[in-house]
Amino acid sequence: MKMYLNSIISDPERLERLIDIAQSSLLPMLEGAILYTIPLTLITFVLGLILAVLTALARISKIKILQFIARIYISAIRGTPLLVQLFIIFYGLPTLGLTIDPFPSAVIGFSLNIGAYASEIIRAAILSIPKGQWEAGYSIGMSYTQAMRRIILPQASRVSVPPLSNTFISLVKDTSLASLILVTEMFRRAQEIAATNYEFLLLYTEAAILYWIICFILSIGQGRLEARLDRYTAN
Amino acid sequence: MISIQGLTKSFDQLEVLKGIDLSVEKGQVVVVIGPSGSGKTTLLRCLNILEVPTNGVVSIGEKILDFSRHVSNKEIVEFRRQTGMVFQSYNLFPHKTALENVMEGPLVVKKEGREAVRKKAEALLSKVGLGDKIDYYPFQLSGGQQQRVGIARALAMEPNVLLFDEPTSALDPELVGEVLKVMKDLAKEGMTMVVVTHEMRFAKEVANEVIFMEDGVVVEKGEPEEIFVAPKEERTRQFLRMIQ
Repeated sequence: MKMYLNSIISDPERLERLIDIAQSSLLPMLEGAILYTIPLTLITFVLGLILAVLTALARISKIKILQFIARIYISAIRGTPLLVQLFIIFYGLPTLGLTIDPFPSAVIGFSLNIGAYASEIIRAAILSIPKGQWEAGYSIGMSYTQAMRRIILPQASRVSVPPLSNTFISLVKDTSLASLILVTEMFRRAQEIAATNYEFLLLYTEAAILYWIICFILSIGQGRLEARLDRYTAN
Repeated sequence: MISIQGLTKSFDQLEVLKGIDLSVEKGQVVVVIGPSGSGKTTLLRCLNILEVPTNGVVSIGEKILDFSRHVSNKEIVEFRRQTGMVFQSYNLFPHKTALENVMEGPLVVKKEGREAVRKKAEALLSKVGLGDKIDYYPFQLSGGQQQRVGIARALAMEPNVLLFDEPTSALDPELVGEVLKVMKDLAKEGMTMVVVTHEMRFAKEVANEVIFMEDGVVVEKGEPEEIFVAPKEERTRQFLRMIQ
């Protein structure tokens, strides 16, 4: 640490070089964020949420086979490392003649992951809505589907915003794993630049700060969303 | 309007209703009284099949459900649409305003046009004395106001029968009157009502028939004067002594 700082302070040329690298790497890294990290996060989260709602509905349905499929899916995804899942999709499937480009591979891998984790959040949120709400829906003639869609899910979505925000923010950071299946997202840009000038500490710290900024902005968004959804509760 | 024959309901080993026979004429108000655990709420919930009876025949209007055979969900939903229910704990939809609560049924279930539904819902809320509160969320309303929204919500479906499950039991004493008044008005208009309640004054004033239940059976039924003034059964006498 001391040596590193000394080497910078005692050598004006080195300092200038570092500032230069930090500046010139910012654009490619932001480009990686805007072209890959952020779209990957958003697309994956939307697809993952759809999958999660379907999985949660299957989990609480009375149809045994649906329950079973949902359980196996959740167990398999949660029981295996995300990185291994990504490698199977990108490096493994070509063996079966199924070659998928890096970005779609990442979308598939991350969506499956979000689907499994978020489904448990959504299931818990659905189960947390009082039974009286179902009965009130039924009492005005609703079917199961109508009560679920109109009465239960809107309330459950409010309950699940804080835990889902956690999942979302984790996802932003997890997308850095896509660098290992050749998606040129933000962290891969940092790696590529660092490989040419060996300034690992500088570039990886820069990447860390950029992730932090993105997550910070998202958590502000989360606060706003919660405040908006809170309009119908007293507390 | 309503007829029940041989209705039984068991939860696992526990037999809550042990064979109930009952009929309610159109426009009648029937009040069900009895100690807690007597099965009166279960009886009410069997009328709109929120509890599926174990056995027996339940009919409302033209529709008959025979629970000695399998009854499908679709049949139950169809049957239930003839009834409206008012709950002890109101069970309003917290994410919807008073107006939206009332509109929900006609809009989603009956698929009526939004403008017509809105007019009807506004009229119903005015009728229960909440014309100035239509845009309030449930948490902004008192218990009595919430319960009146609950009544308006049930009425919006234009049910043949209104079921009340201890509608005033969760209310502060000073709010009970406003809900009972709405119920009395409905009774006067000829609404067929089955009411589970501890409000004996209401039963005396409004009921055409009072049913006393205990341990899953109807112990005694009759006009309010008969039940309250000269009950035939010792158990009815005991119960009335206890609550007075």
